[in-house]
Amino acid sequence: MKAFEPKIVGFLCNWCSYAGADLAGVSRFQYPSNIRIVRVMCSGRIDPLFVIEMFIQGADGVLIGGCHPGDCHYMEGNYHTERRVKMLKKVLEKSNLELERLGLEWIAASEGERFAETIKNFTEQIRSLGPNPVAGEKPDLQIMESLYAARNAVEDFRLRTLVGKELVLVEKENVYDEKISQEKIDELMENAISEELVRTRILLLAKEKPQSVKGLADKMKVPSREILKQIVTLRDRNLIRLEGIEGTTPLYVAQAQEVEA
Amino acid sequence: MSDDKVGSVLVVGGGISGMQSSLDLADSGFKVYLIDKLPSIGGVMSQLDKTFPTNDCAMCIMAPKLVGTGRHHNIDVISNTEIESIEGNAGNFNVKLVRRPRRINEEKCTGCGVCGGKCPVEAIDEYNWGLTRRGATFIRYPQSVPLKFMIDKEKCIGCGICQEECKAEAVEYDQEEQKFDLNVGSIILSPGYSMFDPSLKTEYGYGLYKNVVSSMEFERFLSATGPFAGTVMRPSDGDIPEKVAFLQCVGSRDSQAVSEYCSSVCCMFAMKEAIIAQEHSEGLKSHIFFMDLRAFGKEFDDYYTRAQDEHKIKFTRCRVAEVREVPETNNLIIKYVEDGEVKEEEFNMVVLSTGFRPPEKVKEFSKTLGIDLNKYDFCSTGVFSPLETSREGVYVSGVFNGPKDIPDTVAQASGAAAKASSIISTERGKMITPKEYPPERDVLGEEARIGVFICHCGINIGGVVNVPDVVEYAKSLPNVEHSEHNLYTCSEDTQKGIKEKIVEHNLNRVIVASCTPRTHEPLFRSTTKEGGLNPYLFEMANIRDQCSWVHMHDAENATKKAKDLVRMAVAKSRLLEPLYKLELKVFQKGLVIGGGLSGMTSALEMARQGFEVHLVERKKELGGNLRNIHHVLSEKGEDPQKMLNEIIEKVKNNDKIKLHLETTVKSIEGFMGNFTTKLSDDTEIEHGVVIVATGGQEYKPSEYLYGQDDRVLTQMDLEGKLAKDEIKPNSVIMIQCVGSRIEERPYCSRICCADAIKNALKIKEKNPDAQIIVLYKDIRSYGFREDYYREAADKGVRFIRYDDQNKPEVAKEGEDLVVTIRDPILGEQIAVKPEYVVLSAATLPQPDNEELAKMLKIPLSKDKFFLEAHMKLRPVDFATEGVFLCGLAHSPKFIDESISQACGAVSRACTILSDEIMELEPTISEVIDANCDGCAYCIDPCPFNALTLIEYMRNKNVKKTVERNEAACKGCGVCMATCPKKGIVVKGFKMEQLGAMVDAALEVA
Repeated sequence: MKAFEPKIVGFLCNWCSYAGADLAGVSRFQYPSNIRIVRVMCSGRIDPLFVIEMFIQGADGVLIGGCHPGDCHYMEGNYHTERRVKMLKKVLEKSNLELERLGLEWIAASEGERFAETIKNFTEQIRSLGPNPVAGEKPDLQIMESLYAARNAVEDFRLRTLVGKELVLVEKENVYDEKISQEKIDELMENAISEELVRTRILLLAKEKPQSVKGLADKMKVPSREILKQIVTLRDRNLIRLEGIEGTTPLYVAQAQEVEA
Repeated sequence: MSDDKVGSVLVVGGGISGMQSSLDLADSGFKVYLIDKLPSIGGVMSQLDKTFPTNDCAMCIMAPKLVGTGRHHNIDVISNTEIESIEGNAGNFNVKLVRRPRRINEEKCTGCGVCGGKCPVEAIDEYNWGLTRRGATFIRYPQSVPLKFMIDKEKCIGCGICQEECKAEAVEYDQEEQKFDLNVGSIILSPGYSMFDPSLKTEYGYGLYKNVVSSMEFERFLSATGPFAGTVMRPSDGDIPEKVAFLQCVGSRDSQAVSEYCSSVCCMFAMKEAIIAQEHSEGLKSHIFFMDLRAFGKEFDDYYTRAQDEHKIKFTRCRVAEVREVPETNNLIIKYVEDGEVKEEEFNMVVLSTGFRPPEKVKEFSKTLGIDLNKYDFCSTGVFSPLETSREGVYVSGVFNGPKDIPDTVAQASGAAAKASSIISTERGKMITPKEYPPERDVLGEEARIGVFICHCGINIGGVVNVPDVVEYAKSLPNVEHSEHNLYTCSEDTQKGIKEKIVEHNLNRVIVASCTPRTHEPLFRSTTKEGGLNPYLFEMANIRDQCSWVHMHDAENATKKAKDLVRMAVAKSRLLEPLYKLELKVFQKGLVIGGGLSGMTSALEMARQGFEVHLVERKKELGGNLRNIHHVLSEKGEDPQKMLNEIIEKVKNNDKIKLHLETTVKSIEGFMGNFTTKLSDDTEIEHGVVIVATGGQEYKPSEYLYGQDDRVLTQMDLEGKLAKDEIKPNSVIMIQCVGSRIEERPYCSRICCADAIKNALKIKEKNPDAQIIVLYKDIRSYGFREDYYREAADKGVRFIRYDDQNKPEVAKEGEDLVVTIRDPILGEQIAVKPEYVVLSAATLPQPDNEELAKMLKIPLSKDKFFLEAHMKLRPVDFATEGVFLCGLAHSPKFIDESISQACGAVSRACTILSDEIMELEPTISEVIDANCDGCAYCIDPCPFNALTLIEYMRNKNVKKTVERNEAACKGCGVCMATCPKKGIVVKGFKMEQLGAMVDAALEVA
């Protein structure tokens, strides 16, 4: 059997970490060949959707590289990255995918050696984790399902706007010239992530066939009361409908995916 | 002093009570400021699914009042506002108010809802009792008035997204609390109530067991706009319950819960919820656990019977001691006692019928207002002053004035309006500002020149329908001279624009394609009029509710349909004609039939309002049944006979009241505003309104040896004898429901339970050792009267239940009266020999009600009381306009209730009497005499008795034709659909107008 060689995707910002990689090259610092690098102008541009999508496609690890805090070419892009990765980690955690598969590193244009070291360490870290559980011939369907849900959740405006506004709300001031505490935002985010994940998982399951509250609760290992609450919201938004009643149990199906107006 | 009076009223609280008061006042020529502490009016009724006893949809019957209040030019709805202080006196108060910031500019917000949809925060939705979510930017409910969003600062994180999204630029984060003053003549308090917190009754497990819910939560479960879209589901797992238990008196009639009073409505709403739940879910079975079934209102006992017989709802008489949960299934086990046996039964769900509590922060509220509260912290009022608070010029209505249902609230709200306006009646019409319009352009004979204004409604329409495309299409239609699109057609600047375009393009028809005419037609008609056109040259196409909102994902067909709707509106508008409001001269006088308490109160109130009134009484003396009442259940200890004499004096000395004693009504002709009545002495009276206050009478029992033995009395007999100190009984047996709640007379007479308790207490007062037994079916001492029930029991009055299978028997053994009863606990027959047997005899309708009903063309209920226009929301009106109802003629009731209703009837009457000219909607039927052959098929179907067959001479022949009464016709068009000869049409919906629309609809675009 062939030894496991992790597939790693790296997103590097043009101004610092990509430059760091170049310096490693110029300086001939050697590092493992597992990583494929995608250049972006700023780490703040990395759509959370990319990251989830990478894992669904079978990436064993995703590494994001940006400028050190304070160094961002675009003033504060990396601060956004930081918060977005935090959100992503929470999403992954709830999807039961190992958090260590997602890395965030600040690498300066002058840190060629550090870049090589980072890649070495990250590759080892991933190697020791083993293959992505959803990759290969026998993907873990439960995690796969959760990742699909995560993809939908990070696509939804609620998480994206919350994470997009987080920096301003916490560090600067909101429309009332007040700061929102990190705890409050964290709590909001935590709730939003849990709920969005539950909702999208419900929708995914109810897309295939009619589902009952209790059935969903069993499959998702979420209390049935919680499922019911989310179904109420989903019905309110026309995303799910009552298909019929079996005995005394209502069954729901997801509304056909509709084109955004 | 009268110089200082102010012709405006402050109404506090915008529930059904506050809305009714406001509408009455505003329609009677007074300026109204209606404040509510919430962002929208509508109160608790807006949260109800259905209403008993008619099972009408609450929102459907309430929405016209909501919209009417919101749009009335004499009513300022001021939301988010509370009173800070009040200075001044009756007739002239200076009120300081404080308004919480809405943070959305009410002038600019169009209620489109984009902000709420984009808010990343999800908060608990209080309207649905936390069962759904809303954004931090929200409206309470879809039909909210005002339909203005609000930012919940508590929940808002200040992200700024709503401001970015709002096309109307209405979001103003920096709005601050605003303090302002109002100068008003009087004040009406209708702040409503709060719900008892059922988690305080720990034995029922509310908050702990998921499937134990409160009745208000359950109400939302039943509602189509509720969390489960009308299918009842268990909160634990969403399953549909098969067995639901309703537990009554949760937080009512309970000394542990500090609510010793009865909440008056829970028996009825529990039955309603049980019936509706069964209708919503086939196979669902309900079981109601109660102490006394208090179905005391008009036709409520019928409802109770239907609940048992038709709906097979199970009723068990007992207070449930405990609810336990089965952890595996979340089912609930109820332990109860039935027929002396302890039973356990498992249910899928338990509904707690939670009682009424005073409004939150009621102590502060009463202090600010300077009014007294009763011992339960509800507003303190008196039996003979049921609408007056302890502060002069401040009146009270609704549940804050004691637990009550919606019809009683509405009657009271009208009554409070009468009280609040009578002290400032000299100021009628002085604070209201009639709108000035430019002269109307005569468009007769002109070819149609149509302007079509198409609304984007922010993105509500424009996001789906291709509005510019529809505009281009409209321009291509014949007779369309101008078409344009607007971001919001209802905004101030567009209104101005429409007026300019009417002049610029010499338009003579206006079409707005936007939302629903049900809310916006009055606004656009007014704009059309301001543009110098007759307002009926306006037509609307509903391309939001019928296109963009319902075909959100099919832009192409939504656009196509919008074009069709515009084409149809254009087709109709070509045939529109100018219509003119009919003006009706009003005889500003009243006629009150019946000189009892209700009739006298009506007459006095009408006189106080400044109108002449004729009071007709068939007997020699005024007073009616009140002549037989000598004491009342009241903390204040009012003396009824003293009050009666005072009222009679006031009536006799009031020069606006023309008294006709020993007189009856011979005939009444005419209609609203224009009645002519002939009395038995041939006096002829012209008047604008009629108030029917003919009262009722006590049943003279034929059972239980009444009339055969002097010791068998009715409660009224007893009361008279006690008052005159003729007797001082040592032992009495009272029998309840004599002549009531029986097969031939199924209704409850409402007052007899409290009357029996009252007389029992009176006997005890005279002779504390007297033995008193009350034989009853249910003790219906509702509201605060419950106190006296408890007091009587505490003083040793024994209450023993009987049912129809085991009625008591009264016989004579020698000289003794012997009453045989079955002891329900021991199950044995016992015989008692009382000194007196007192029968709580039914209250009967007047035997000649039918005659008057025919004369006035008003209906009777099946119990032969008069039947109002609507059991829930029009309790003192008749369907026949201009005729009103109060007192026992409506149904049995207490003194305070009669007074409230009498004042209410006057308030409703004043909406007609307040102006010498009355305007009527012109969109009513019109007889085309040339086509009418007098077949009279149209007459019977008319729901308003507006049509009569007449004959006249034409070309020396008798011509039959139908005459339409313009004051009675409401324009429904049933006549038109019946007429085989095109002899009658409804203006604004004529055959050719509707025909043009139909043709246009079917035409291929």
